[in-house]
Amino acid sequence: MATENNKHLFGSGHTACAGCGQAIAARLVVDVAGANTIIANNTGCLEVFSTAYPQSAWGVPWIHSLFENAAAVASGIEAGLKYLGIKDKINVIAQAGDGGTADIGLQALSGMWERGHDILYICYDNEAYENTGIQRSGLTPYGASTTTTPVGDFSLLGNLRPKKPMPEIAVAHGVVYVATASVGYPRDIQTKIKKAVSLKGPKYIQVHVPCPLGWRHDPQITYDIGKLAVETGLYPLIEYENGKLANVRKLTKIKPVEEYLKFQGRFKHILSSPELLKQIQAIADYNIERYGLRAEFANPPPTQPISVQPKNREEERK
Amino acid sequence: MRELLEGSQAVAEAVRLCRPGVISAYPITPQTHIVEELASMVAQGKLKAEFVNVESEHSAASVVLGSVATGVRSFTATSSQGLLLMAEVVFNIAGMRLPVVMTCANRSISAPLNIWNDHQDAITVRDSGWIQMHAETIQEALDLHIQAYRIGEAPRIMLPVIVNMDGFILTHGLEVVDVPTQEQVDNFLPGYKPLYKLDVENPLTLGPLVGPDYYMEARFAIQETHKDVLELIPLVQGEFQKAFGRPSGGLIEPYRIDDAEKVIVAMGSVCGTIKDVVDALRAKGKKVGCLRVVTYRPFPAAEICRALKNVPRVAVLEKAVSLGSYSPLLSEIRSVFSGKKKSPVISGFVIGLGGRDISLDSIKEVFKRLTAKPVSEEFIDLKPELLQEKI
Repeated sequence: MATENNKHLFGSGHTACAGCGQAIAARLVVDVAGANTIIANNTGCLEVFSTAYPQSAWGVPWIHSLFENAAAVASGIEAGLKYLGIKDKINVIAQAGDGGTADIGLQALSGMWERGHDILYICYDNEAYENTGIQRSGLTPYGASTTTTPVGDFSLLGNLRPKKPMPEIAVAHGVVYVATASVGYPRDIQTKIKKAVSLKGPKYIQVHVPCPLGWRHDPQITYDIGKLAVETGLYPLIEYENGKLANVRKLTKIKPVEEYLKFQGRFKHILSSPELLKQIQAIADYNIERYGLRAEFANPPPTQPISVQPKNREEERK
Repeated sequence: MRELLEGSQAVAEAVRLCRPGVISAYPITPQTHIVEELASMVAQGKLKAEFVNVESEHSAASVVLGSVATGVRSFTATSSQGLLLMAEVVFNIAGMRLPVVMTCANRSISAPLNIWNDHQDAITVRDSGWIQMHAETIQEALDLHIQAYRIGEAPRIMLPVIVNMDGFILTHGLEVVDVPTQEQVDNFLPGYKPLYKLDVENPLTLGPLVGPDYYMEARFAIQETHKDVLELIPLVQGEFQKAFGRPSGGLIEPYRIDDAEKVIVAMGSVCGTIKDVVDALRAKGKKVGCLRVVTYRPFPAAEICRALKNVPRVAVLEKAVSLGSYSPLLSEIRSVFSGKKKSPVISGFVIGLGGRDISLDSIKEVFKRLTAKPVSEEFIDLKPELLQEKI
């Protein structure tokens, strides 16, 4: 429970896994948004690890209804506050994981955006249904091994599809402020939340939150993993304001994707395949070009093919 | 003031008089006229409310969940597929103890696709924890909405209410109704004073994860509260009669059953037809009657038992089927008499599915088939020639 001794609005004592990126991001979000905030939360890890009755980690009014309806519940809260004439004093935040946002919750979210509610929507993107045990979602990256996109003799890739472009889907709705952020850059999260709550209308921020359990990385390197995703160009940090790409986080030292992938069990099979590695590098290269991530003084792109010793899969199985 | 109104207009007038702060709306026939009328009232400044045009019934229910949780009286309406789409939220609203009021313009369930009246939609969410009442007339539909807020928002209740009204028959029918004044309704229905709400001055966590150590008690509490609802509804009905001069609502409504040998039990507008047949048969000396179940949830078992225990033969006439079993109301009324020494012979008839017209003859047929030998799931007005066709 939030107590007077606890200056955070998202208190310690919740039951998230060690190294959970979502717990770190959730605290940053609510602390910046402040005490005059009401949160509607979809079902998912965050809801489960923060509100196991009779305890709650939340120091602000918080409501959970179902898996896919936080955007609609928040719409009702916002409408209620408007009716009461107190909306201007209160931030309404709807938040969910990537499955609750990009898959099952997309319809309600689309409605919330299109109706223009004054709500900040946060997607904590840990790139799979981690709460139910690491199943693929629409935001699972290309090539990731999950429990529903496992790698096997007949499926060498893992997840066959790229991430659904949620920021662009938000922009297409006329959302006033759209941004991506990463737990690897806490100050950047704070800046973006501050900006978002200062603006009227619908806002969307997608925060990359590493999941040690699902991504199979050491819980001690959550921040580093978050940073590496950005530094390789696989998770560009971008801001759209009123439909225009307003800011991107420039990369001064662009790292090869291998630097990010090699710490994660979900990409182990990629490292042993130069072809797959090339495909994932191509995604990063595309992002770098598309969003203009390269700083003027950045290192040149790797011209040499990335040298990774391909493992003999037959041998590996023995 | 007495006015000739369409059923949907009458309900919108009732809702306006209840002063909801948030209304969510999604079109579905035959409910749509209600929210259209409310939208018009908001547009004309006759009703001060936030009107939220949502993208589905799932969100229609979710929006009022959120607004009632913020402490604001709210309203939505639906029907048929819409109710089924929002079923998940319907259960959730009751579990979260949020006193939403919703109209259900009762309509059949697809497939085959059919937009006409029966009760399959409402019956399908009977286990959700909502209070469910069925209107017989447009006047009663109007009155039940005013009562619904009073019942659901009572501090010891805090449960949502569905006011059922038969699609087209009541929603699109015309009737001269008495529309109360704002002053009358304000006196009867005070503003919503929530026991708990989303409030930055007093931050609460609503809708937490509850493990096996606590879940059963939360469900048991709802079950117990429904017993309180059974006590409250007759009191509210009495106060309503005092304030408005009409005996709308209540748990059950017996009609000429005191010395009856045959009684038809039913819900909703069909009871008007049944009462006409009862009057006609009574005029010929037949001892028949009608028992209307006004409140379906909570189920008024004791009242039904008291009303029917001396009746030799009872027909339960239903616009719904539990496919593969007995019709829901039939099962429940039989269970009322299970183990009792004195029980009527209880038969079950299915009628009027998908808007199949229910004529005076249909009702006479039910009385005719109600013999000493109980039957179950007898379909009235089936067309044998269609059953021969290959579909």
